[in-house]
Amino acid sequence: MNESAWDGTLSASEFSASAQAFAEKWKLNNPAYPPWTWVKSLEVPIFATNQVEEGYLSLENVCIVKSNDDEVASCVEGEASLYDKEDEESTDSATLSGNDNVQPYYFDFHIIYSASFRVPVLYFRAYCSDGRSLGLNEIESVLPANSAKVLLESKWTFITQEEHPYLNRPWCKLHPCGSSDWMKLLFQAVEKVDRPAMELYLVSWFSVVGPVIGLGIPIQMLKEP
Amino acid sequence: MKEAQEFVWMGAIPLQIHLHESEVTTVPPPPPALILAPRIGYLPLLLPLIKPYFSSTLPPGVDTVWFEYKGLPLKWYIPTGVLFDLLCAEPERPWNLTIHFRGYPSHLLIPCEGEDSVKWNFINSLKEADYIINGNCKNVMHMSQSDQLELWNSVVNANLEAFIRSSSKLKSGTIEDDYASKISWMVLGKVPVRLYVWNVSEDFGDMEDAPPIDSWDRISYVNRPLEIHREGKCFTLHDAIKTLLPELFGKKRKPSEGENDEQSFGSEEETKNNRMTEEGEGNISQPLETGSTADDDPEIKLLRIQGIEPKLETPISWVANHLRHPENFLHVCVYIKVPSAKSL
Repeated sequence: MNESAWDGTLSASEFSASAQAFAEKWKLNNPAYPPWTWVKSLEVPIFATNQVEEGYLSLENVCIVKSNDDEVASCVEGEASLYDKEDEESTDSATLSGNDNVQPYYFDFHIIYSASFRVPVLYFRAYCSDGRSLGLNEIESVLPANSAKVLLESKWTFITQEEHPYLNRPWCKLHPCGSSDWMKLLFQAVEKVDRPAMELYLVSWFSVVGPVIGLGIPIQMLKEP
Repeated sequence: MKEAQEFVWMGAIPLQIHLHESEVTTVPPPPPALILAPRIGYLPLLLPLIKPYFSSTLPPGVDTVWFEYKGLPLKWYIPTGVLFDLLCAEPERPWNLTIHFRGYPSHLLIPCEGEDSVKWNFINSLKEADYIINGNCKNVMHMSQSDQLELWNSVVNANLEAFIRSSSKLKSGTIEDDYASKISWMVLGKVPVRLYVWNVSEDFGDMEDAPPIDSWDRISYVNRPLEIHREGKCFTLHDAIKTLLPELFGKKRKPSEGENDEQSFGSEEETKNNRMTEEGEGNISQPLETGSTADDDPEIKLLRIQGIEPKLETPISWVANHLRHPENFLHVCVYIKVPSAKSL
């Protein structure tokens, strides 16, 4: 096997480092959004690990709005405030474009490292303003029309309902099977490098994955200062 | 290899399945269903056998089947044998489960739409194992739909012959090592492992006194490939556990030196054979020490794979090759007691 050929994957510690870089860039370039936080995963509960810091990235309470004309806006002008589930009168469609048929949904996103596939995996769940969880079909209908099409046709990205690796609850997951393939292609074609600076891995990864679930990233994030 | 595989595939758990009282509409209530469930199978696959017992007594509505043990909803994608090994510290025969046909706890369990969901989950696990062992999913992806179906059906029917035929098309390798030749103990590669860890905080001498598991939050699920790359030494089951749980066993200790001694190996074979004939009947002799002199080190109270308690010195390659499930994962249930000094 050619050692210098990168296979599109990254190690657990590379993921941790890359996550940190990603979170910092996001905070810098995406002030309208809440920041991603790093959650330490306690693999064996009640024991802290002081080895490689294992954890995942979390972005919660992101408001995604689907309006009539099939456009999805997320966390639009006004407050980027966190939706307080106990507070029924929190940010809602009132602050958004005055379209009465706008229904806000709230998403939680977790980016979790898969030790089996050696790539990040996006987990997410959605709920309505009243706290009710959305089923898989409903979520698919909330996603941008483009991505719904992409999902149906693509062998690389599809959503399934699976158990969250740490939280023992059903979440939706964007399937990781082809991630290493398209990451490799991305870097070869776009970046024209054989092996990326691993810190940039998540930024690039998210540039592909984000739009599928309605979260774009600003161009500035992709540019390395 | 064949013998061990047969042992694994023939393993079965006698179940006594009770319909939940809220769903009983007849007087007297129906008697429980007695079913012999293959260890390597999955609970939802038993539905065709179970339903006839209860169909006349169910309330009207659509069936959404789920199982429960002492109040704990059971994760349907975990093989039946693994659930039994994990949740019954003291093996219960028959194993008393409750079945529900209504009120699926969808906030806790991922949906199960019958055999298709289970099959899908199985094939995905097979792909994951393929990826771990080979670095890609090609073996599974290149199987034709009908071959995949054949493979799946062999699992549903616990038919080892059919499975062997089907999986020859899969070409999934065995974990390579020189164990058979006894020339060296070099073992290389990655082993797909799923570890279910239950930290038991109270001390108990007898498995009967083990507190029941009332929530899945009390179990740590570790789905992490085991990397083996130790030349010249035998990578044992004990080493494997320590590698997979660095949080508990990491820093101070070096993994035990393997026993390169053929003789001790010979006697181990016998012990293994003896253990194999008693399905899960083995008592917990003494708690298996991690070999440390320190009092504050974690203690493996129990380690079960396919209903047996292999000696910790067993080479992991043997364990992985002989005790794995059809989807090529090794499922290991461990009860660990960590002294309170270490807990948060």
